[in-house]
Amino acid sequence: MFQLSDNPTTDTAAKLVVVTVAMFAFVFVVMVPLYNVLCDVLGINGKTNGEAYISVDVEVDTSREIKIQFLTSNNAGMPWEFGPTVKLMKVHPGAVNDTVFFARNPTPEAMIAQAIPSVSPARAAAYFHKTECFCFNQQPLEGESSAELPLQFIIDQDLPRDIKTITLSYTIFDVTDMASSAVAAR
Amino acid sequence: MGDHHHGPAKGPLRWITTTNHKDIGTMYLWFSFSMFILGGAFAMIIRAELFQPGMQLIEPAFFNQMTTMHGLVMVFGAIMPSFVGLANWLIPMMIGAPDMALPRMNNLSFWILPPTFALLASTLFMEGGAPAAGWTFYAPLSTTYAAPSVTFFIFSIHLLGVSSIMGSINIIATVMNMRAPGMTYMKMPLFVWTWLITAFLLVAVMPVLAGAVTMMLMDVHFGTSFFSAAGGGDPVLFQHIFWFFGHPEVYIIILPAFGVVSQIIPTFSRKPLFGYDSMVYATASIAFLSFIVWAHHMYTVGMPVAGELFFMYATMLIAVPTGVKVFNWVTTMWRGALTFETPMMFSLGFLILFTIGGFTGLMLSIAPADFQYHDSYFVVAHFHYVMVAGAIFSMSAAIYYWLPKWCGRMYNEKMGQMHFWISFIGFNLAFFPQHFVGLAGMPRRIPDYALQFADFNMLSSIGAFIYGASQILFLYNVIATIRSGTPTSEEKTWEGAEGLEWTLPTPAPYHTFETPPAVK
Repeated sequence: MFQLSDNPTTDTAAKLVVVTVAMFAFVFVVMVPLYNVLCDVLGINGKTNGEAYISVDVEVDTSREIKIQFLTSNNAGMPWEFGPTVKLMKVHPGAVNDTVFFARNPTPEAMIAQAIPSVSPARAAAYFHKTECFCFNQQPLEGESSAELPLQFIIDQDLPRDIKTITLSYTIFDVTDMASSAVAAR
Repeated sequence: MGDHHHGPAKGPLRWITTTNHKDIGTMYLWFSFSMFILGGAFAMIIRAELFQPGMQLIEPAFFNQMTTMHGLVMVFGAIMPSFVGLANWLIPMMIGAPDMALPRMNNLSFWILPPTFALLASTLFMEGGAPAAGWTFYAPLSTTYAAPSVTFFIFSIHLLGVSSIMGSINIIATVMNMRAPGMTYMKMPLFVWTWLITAFLLVAVMPVLAGAVTMMLMDVHFGTSFFSAAGGGDPVLFQHIFWFFGHPEVYIIILPAFGVVSQIIPTFSRKPLFGYDSMVYATASIAFLSFIVWAHHMYTVGMPVAGELFFMYATMLIAVPTGVKVFNWVTTMWRGALTFETPMMFSLGFLILFTIGGFTGLMLSIAPADFQYHDSYFVVAHFHYVMVAGAIFSMSAAIYYWLPKWCGRMYNEKMGQMHFWISFIGFNLAFFPQHFVGLAGMPRRIPDYALQFADFNMLSSIGAFIYGASQILFLYNVIATIRSGTPTSEEKTWEGAEGLEWTLPTPAPYHTFETPPAVK
């Protein structure tokens, strides 16, 4: 085996220091990315894709109708009024659907918000494609102003047939403080 | 022998500058006992509040600080350093080495601890109070919603991690390089084996804990979002990283205890340990499995069914090597010439109570059943059966067993037996009823509870006070032994004891095995 030192004790200690440093690095460069990859692949946590989906197959499956429910909630301390304009939609898999959410900043100061989507049942997350979503970007709003937030989505034709209802829920977070050093991926 | 054969340095500076494994072992043991008293005091406050339903003595926020600090101080301040102290004292004497391999680092790894725990304890007096997110400090409770003292908490976790890693590197370097000629790996006493494996676990997972708290630090102060959903992170990630450290951590706590009991039971059975080889392999298997079962602490986060099943079966698999160990201890006693001195009583108490804790662990490993047990007092009962009756009972056994060798004086056997029985009764009175209230739905970490749990909680509190008081008796017995115990100079304090440490004079001289012994 390779030697880091001629003194056997120093050699053992040096190798163990290497292990220690490697394990510390392992947390950052393996565990964190691996967790995100696994969540994406398995669709756990109902996390949906962060980037716009480009539709390849436009065939609409009219044989079934999926109920889409929209829910919103505000993270603790977030004062915005935020909600869907339509709470329930019935859509066909493959069809392109549009809806609009509204947001109002009732405070006098300008704020920046970030909406985080989550799909339930988690199994459906991989089949819920957003072609356009306000959640892809941060949303700035001047004090006491409001905005309409568009969402365009397609339900995949491969959605398992036992799923009849999908709930899309958004939690809106105040990221005003973070926005300058934003690392937000979605 | 020349005049280099000196004793300890004179004056209090001896303890600051010492590189002697026995001095450092002694300091570790006294330090861990003081932390045991501090963590115990926190537990007494918790049990006093829970003595009756309703808010009685303390504010809920302070109650949360108490449960958090109790767990942190007991795990990192009492149990872990106590076994490091034992390793310092015994490993060189058991493998025929003159000292630890890296004596100066040994001094540093001890002296990091007192300032670290002073720092941690000082958070109690800070604005907003001490950390209050539980000893598992789940994000975002420990990040977004934490008191400002969380930064001090993070720093103290970093420091005690550094101390543990240095201690482990030292133990591995000692065991791998300083065994006496003829002391092959498969001739090492089991205590040395269990510590070697424990040290590898520590080197592997303490950096993971350091990584977790570093991410917390960055989230709190530097605008990253590892655990914050608003920035694309995920609080559940924290739980995965924490338990990737946390599950090996529970074996870090219990494996040295296994080693202690594997030394003591053969002595008082006057038979060699049954199945030495299988004990070594079982220990290594437990260590390996500890890395692939972490998510059984978080069945309720919403894992895919395949994940639940994997972690459930892997967890159940740990019962096999653990069962091998329990079987071997029982078989060692089978048809042995048993006597029941205090160390043996504590070892038997360990054996019975740890097995109960193991069985409740199996119950908890069943994913669908765990949804009911999760975060209830059943979990509290389970881990106190394995932590207290496992680690602390075996630690008490170890002190009674080796104290005569260390200081050349015999402890008071009658007082030792009293300590055992009061501990045993107090412990069971405190924690057995918690199984029942847990199954009936009492959640952990809440300062108030529904009226139907009142009787069991009162019993539990009385038991905890009894158990706490019995440790004062223990402290008295140890001090009385050191100051005025009956002197003994027999090399073998115990008739059936085997191992190199029992070939040394009693009390063990300041320097031992300067010429390595021959091991046949």
